[in-house]
Amino acid sequence: MPVVTIDNQEVEVPEKTSILNAAKQTGIEIPHFCYHPLFSVVDACRMCLVEVKDVPKLLTSCSNPVRDGMVVYTDTPKVLEARKGVLELLLLNHPMDCPVCDKAGECKLQDNYFKFSLHTSRLNPMDGKTHKPKVVDLGPKIVLDTERCIVCTRCVRFCSEVVGKEELGIFNRGDRSQVGTYNNRPLENNYQGNLTDVCPVGALTSKDFRFKARTWFLSKTDSICPGCSRGCNVQIHSTDRSIGKTRRRVYRLMPRQNEDVNKIWLCDEGRYGYGFIDAFDRLERPSVREGDGMSMADWDAALGAVAHELRNIYERHGPSSVGVLPSPQLSNEDLYAVKRFFHDALGITNIDFKLPGWNEGEKDDLLLMADRNPNSKGAELLGLSGLGVKAEEIIEKAVKGEIKALYIIGGDIAKTLGEDKVRDCLSGAEFVVYQGSNFNYACRFAHVILPSAAFAEKDGTFTNFEARVQKINKAVEPLGESLPDWEITTRLSRAMGHPLHYVRAEDVFNEISREVSNFYGLSYRKLGDKGVRLEGSGEKASA
Amino acid sequence: MAILTKNFEKKSSYTMGVYEQGGGYKALKKAISEMKPGQIVEEVMKSNLRGRGGAGFPTGKKWSFIPKDSPKPKYLTVNADEGEPGTFKDRPLMEQDPHAVIEGSIITCYAVDIHTAFIYVRGEYAKSIQRLRDAINEAYASKYLGENILGSSFGLDMVVHRGAGAYICGEETGLLESLEGKKGQPRMKPPFPAIVGAFQGPTVINNVETMAAIPHIITNGGEWFNNLGAPGVGGGVKLYSISGHVKRPGVYELPMGTTLKEIIYEHAGGIRGEKKLKAVIPGGSSAPVLTADEIDVKMDFDSLAAIKTMLGSGAIIVMDEDTCMVKALKVLMKFYAHESCGKCTPCREGTGWMARIISRIHRGEGEISDLDTILSISNTINGKTLCPLGQAAIGPAISFITKFRGEFENYIRRGSN
Repeated sequence: MPVVTIDNQEVEVPEKTSILNAAKQTGIEIPHFCYHPLFSVVDACRMCLVEVKDVPKLLTSCSNPVRDGMVVYTDTPKVLEARKGVLELLLLNHPMDCPVCDKAGECKLQDNYFKFSLHTSRLNPMDGKTHKPKVVDLGPKIVLDTERCIVCTRCVRFCSEVVGKEELGIFNRGDRSQVGTYNNRPLENNYQGNLTDVCPVGALTSKDFRFKARTWFLSKTDSICPGCSRGCNVQIHSTDRSIGKTRRRVYRLMPRQNEDVNKIWLCDEGRYGYGFIDAFDRLERPSVREGDGMSMADWDAALGAVAHELRNIYERHGPSSVGVLPSPQLSNEDLYAVKRFFHDALGITNIDFKLPGWNEGEKDDLLLMADRNPNSKGAELLGLSGLGVKAEEIIEKAVKGEIKALYIIGGDIAKTLGEDKVRDCLSGAEFVVYQGSNFNYACRFAHVILPSAAFAEKDGTFTNFEARVQKINKAVEPLGESLPDWEITTRLSRAMGHPLHYVRAEDVFNEISREVSNFYGLSYRKLGDKGVRLEGSGEKASA
Repeated sequence: MAILTKNFEKKSSYTMGVYEQGGGYKALKKAISEMKPGQIVEEVMKSNLRGRGGAGFPTGKKWSFIPKDSPKPKYLTVNADEGEPGTFKDRPLMEQDPHAVIEGSIITCYAVDIHTAFIYVRGEYAKSIQRLRDAINEAYASKYLGENILGSSFGLDMVVHRGAGAYICGEETGLLESLEGKKGQPRMKPPFPAIVGAFQGPTVINNVETMAAIPHIITNGGEWFNNLGAPGVGGGVKLYSISGHVKRPGVYELPMGTTLKEIIYEHAGGIRGEKKLKAVIPGGSSAPVLTADEIDVKMDFDSLAAIKTMLGSGAIIVMDEDTCMVKALKVLMKFYAHESCGKCTPCREGTGWMARIISRIHRGEGEISDLDTILSISNTINGKTLCPLGQAAIGPAISFITKFRGEFENYIRRGSN
């Protein structure tokens, strides 16, 4: 393997490694715009020029591979002058609207200007800047400002090389060059949000995030996208300093690198799917049916009502009169607590998460899975199915009145069953509990509604389709009085005299790692930030 | 001297009949029946023929870079995207003697074992395109193209591709992109076209004039061709296109290394209206300008490089004493800003900025410091662009301003000429 010397540091790297990547291994970050590790190299921005001993011209470090014995300098006066020159030219026609630009704070152009240039513009006002279209609407998700664009073509390459759709191109020549879609059609792919990530400047911005918050006010919490069974690694960005809100809330999901799961991408369905956390239909306080209406209650009263009714039915009709439908949207911790209490403690066997077609959709070729539940595999491994009666039979039994009490945890069963079926099923039951984060059709028939925390509001784990257990972390406080589902179950267990003893989500997970064979020996610490794939229990990974 | 131009004056020179009467396609017959491909390459190396497109790379050497055992198809692409301002030497070759270009191309393909050739012609050259297409049809009919050429096992197809009007497509990798149906923008190098060229296959890219010289080299030998060059220079004959303030602008076929002075004053008849010479661009608009007292130079690659300019395409642009250098530079800068493809930063932004500054100076709103700004922008571009277009733009910028600084400063002070 070639050995190269970069700024007096020797490093051995595999053949064909670019100078830029070799430098990275020695801890030297060579500034660049057009280079992206997952796209073809185009050699266009000229920001990554370095000096190589005995080579008269500066070389672009992104495209030139190392040679054995090569001596590279990344900070000679010649290199610094070239960088400054490139920055001066990139900023020449740039609108300099950082104060109103969403990218400010995480903009490579801004960062590199501050690091390497800090020049005063030499543009004579009489010469003017080139002007190009602003606020170009690229469809429902993305807005383009071609004046901010530095024509690095990362977005073009993302569409053609990652998504496999030729949607974007560079039109016109010279300093009139601008990004656009063919025939001005809106972007259609399900990965557009990534365009705003790969764009090194503020040319492509997300409509969802535009003008909502300054990036430097955002707190970043590692988590997992709950949008499908892929389990893409994400960062939840939240802040309490933003327009209209003073509480810390979620402002966007960003992909987090995990080569084994999602590389560095995130689909739009996942990225823009967080809206339910603060949606108007969010359940914020427990409520109990009184006559024809629901009235707000505190947790003790609500759980007391549940305990009373469940015990009543359970004692009159036995455990087979109670059905529990936990959703595969719940975390491992939530699901395990459900099993420990309803199955192990109360002896209920009418528990099943596998409602056929629940949250199923179209699969794509990149990340999105047909199973839109983040934790079906976890539910399976934890034994939330096959305990006795299947989910669809539980529904049928409720319709027939054989099941008197139905306890639904998470999700919206009307999405798959349809409203008529839900009405038939629930209106006949003596007692219905809906525990979840958002109002849905089933809530209309509930006797008690218990508000649960959304994924961004709790700690826990999801197990993805290939049995990779990954950690979700609490980014914001649960809205209103909502609580994590495992905690609701724990409180209910106390109210019913079969107390579970969990205080934190981690307590539940530690018990899982002791009691459930697939999870043996795991801990939150061992999961790290990339998760752990369970041996011998996953489907084969398919990228 | 009439070697490449020998058929120009003949009636219907572009037809197969006239071309064959003048000895046409005999070189091809000789190459295929008497010579091994390696011998042809050797002969071309001996001829000291250097690429006539402008870069002057030795033609035989270029051919030798093509991998012999490539699993991918190999291609010849004849660069007929003659776009360098001041250059008009390939056009008469294609219009008056298309068969010479075709014969040279066939021999090249035989020498390098290529079975598909493209001629990428500048879109505006409608007549060249028509003549080449007609000539190719004739060549197919005469079995000089197609399968089993002249009864041998060698076969070749040849296609004329009409460009869409971009200067950058004369740059070889920009040309390849355009040929493949993509936007004409240069590729990064390496890989060089000899390894990864058209449609990912190894590709020879040669200029029209280079191709037209090949049959003569085959017929008369490499040494003969080399000796056609000026004494001590060699490298054969060259077509010089001379334009501007001379009495007889046109294309002149002369020994490589003829002095610039001789070309201007003897062949082109001197300066129009007996005016004094002020400046000459010796090798197309990208070549740094020469002052009147620098014209004793020999017009060949090395002699011009020695005085920091270049032979380029051999296009001589003559400017007399009345020429406004500010306006001349403005015209050139606007050209490069217009033609910059926009792929790499220094050229995309730098050419436009220089054009705006020089336009402002020309309007009478310049400042002395603008001159240093242009030189500094040139420095930012110098050696740091993806392709030679940026370099081409700063050639005139730096040379005009440094060699005629007094005139520029006076213009700025007065606000006009």
